[in-house]
Amino acid sequence: MSNTHWLYRKENHRKLWFGGGILLLLTVLAQWVFEIHGQYEFEAWLGFFGVFGFVSCVLMVLFAKLLGLLIKRKDNYYHD
Amino acid sequence: MIEAFPPGLIMVFGAFLLPVLRGGVRTVWLLGLPLLALYLVWQVPDGVVATVSFLDYRLEPLRGDRLSRLFATIFGLMAFVGGIYAYRQARLLELCAAMIYAGAAIGATMAGDLISLFVCWELMALGSTLVIWSVGKDKAYGAGMRYLLIHLLGGVVLMAGIAAYVNATGSVAFNAIDTSAPGAWLMLVGFLINAGAPPLSAWIADAYPEASPSGTVFLSAFTTKTAVYVLMRGFPGTEILIFIGLAMIFYGIIYALLENDVRRILAYSIVNQVGFMVTGIGIGTELAINGAAAHAFAGVIYTSLLMMSAGAVLYRTGRRKCSELGGLLQGMPFTTACGVIGALAISAFPLSSGFISKLMTKQAAADEHLLLIWLLLQAASAGVFLSVGIKFPWFVFFEKNSGLRPPEAPLNMRVAMGLFASLCIFLGVAPGFLYAFLPFAVDYVPYTGGHVVMQLQLLLFSGLAFFVLLPLMKRTLTISLDLDWFYRRFAPALVRLCFRLSTPIDRALRRGVVERLSRLIQSLHTWCGPQGVVGRAWATGPMVVVVLLLLSGTLAFYFGGT
Repeated sequence: MSNTHWLYRKENHRKLWFGGGILLLLTVLAQWVFEIHGQYEFEAWLGFFGVFGFVSCVLMVLFAKLLGLLIKRKDNYYHD
Repeated sequence: MIEAFPPGLIMVFGAFLLPVLRGGVRTVWLLGLPLLALYLVWQVPDGVVATVSFLDYRLEPLRGDRLSRLFATIFGLMAFVGGIYAYRQARLLELCAAMIYAGAAIGATMAGDLISLFVCWELMALGSTLVIWSVGKDKAYGAGMRYLLIHLLGGVVLMAGIAAYVNATGSVAFNAIDTSAPGAWLMLVGFLINAGAPPLSAWIADAYPEASPSGTVFLSAFTTKTAVYVLMRGFPGTEILIFIGLAMIFYGIIYALLENDVRRILAYSIVNQVGFMVTGIGIGTELAINGAAAHAFAGVIYTSLLMMSAGAVLYRTGRRKCSELGGLLQGMPFTTACGVIGALAISAFPLSSGFISKLMTKQAAADEHLLLIWLLLQAASAGVFLSVGIKFPWFVFFEKNSGLRPPEAPLNMRVAMGLFASLCIFLGVAPGFLYAFLPFAVDYVPYTGGHVVMQLQLLLFSGLAFFVLLPLMKRTLTISLDLDWFYRRFAPALVRLCFRLSTPIDRALRRGVVERLSRLIQSLHTWCGPQGVVGRAWATGPMVVVVLLLLSGTLAFYFGGT
């Protein structure tokens, strides 16, 4: 079956990445307009939560990947 | 003294009428029961309105306050919308069991004493097990049995705690529990088992996905949230709950990242969401309790919405693994939209119900200057989006084109999903509505520019991490071993090993005993058998001599003695 939906067309992938990039940039720059007044000083650093979220996710994925080497089994493990 | 009819009880008794009703009347009764219960919940005034004497105790099966009404309301609502989702596809047994289960959950939230609470607690375990067993397959039977055993264990621990506590304090009333009182820790453990806290968390991902599409929806709502309610009432501000909650959060995220089965991913997401609530209860301030209560209310809605969309996919395609799905956006656009709304809500996106609730818990941690805990909660917010918020819709509805073009979900399922999706947005857009029902007065403002920017940065950059790391997240036909491995594989293997080791010893012992017994029998036979000295028939002559000798001996003994 051919991929007719715009989401699956190759030429749109670059546009999606570009759009996403703009969106990320805007959420960081929005800090100039909407300041983050938190409990801690570092919350106001430009893009702090973006970097923190990204790094946390990378660490979680890597940890899950390593743990997966240890605990992943075929999905009929209990029923073979 | 009974001033109002217990709303949970009407659902439990009403469920038994379902099998005798037919067609439209049954549907009306099924959907009317939760509505009637909801009406009754809101008729219960503050304070104890029903008391019953039992043994030497004064039971209070019906007590109203803001906290109990909030939970009873969401349970009633869940039963109603779940009923809409289920009534055309689910088996009759499942519908009956689900109504008993929901009624027992409402009963537990309105119980004013520990004994009434315990009765509802056990009734929930039975109702939910029947929901799983109603599928009628071996796999569901096994999962249901493991589920039941865990809950019976939790029940025994809870009962032991209640007995010790009541014996020491002389009161069965269920209020905040002093952790230094005897039995308090046992009760806490009993409650935590139902919340899905480690080390006994695997039952959620083991049992829930084995139920029917609608059964999983019911299961996702009541048991863990009732546990949140009892923790909130019994153990607010108990510090250890912060760490247990955090463990649940990250356990849920990591296992959801590893998982391939769609409904198991969502089952793990239940653990991480309950983890947020448990952390809030551990922090214990008014803001934290409000946050946990709001989160529980919103959580029931978006978790079941996610389960409903996954259930609709399972119902239409018969598939439940990410690796076998993808591109369903093209066949099931409405289900996709509802799944995405649920995913955004669980991730606490602005304008969703998750945003107005989860942020309160994070704020409570910051207000108490719990820097590390606050940072972990922020990381977890990003992690939930990564492991469920994007992963679920991406692999099921978007990503590759799997070639599947299933028809859209049946109308009743769409109505149920539509109702809950609308509520997810309504609660997020109008936070004052939910805040008005929370246990304490709310002065928290969720929608400030700073809050929205903070949350958007966290979530969108988490999304970036997802797509950058997509090659690492390739779906594999695997499961991840959880702590249930200990009772599903290790314990049976240990028993088998014990048998193997003990068999030679047992055999040697048996052989030794049997040989000795044989020798004993042989020698008895030799002496007392038909040919034995004692047993054989003697001739009359020798017998007379023996009798004569015996008599002489007796006489000699007698006269000698005198």
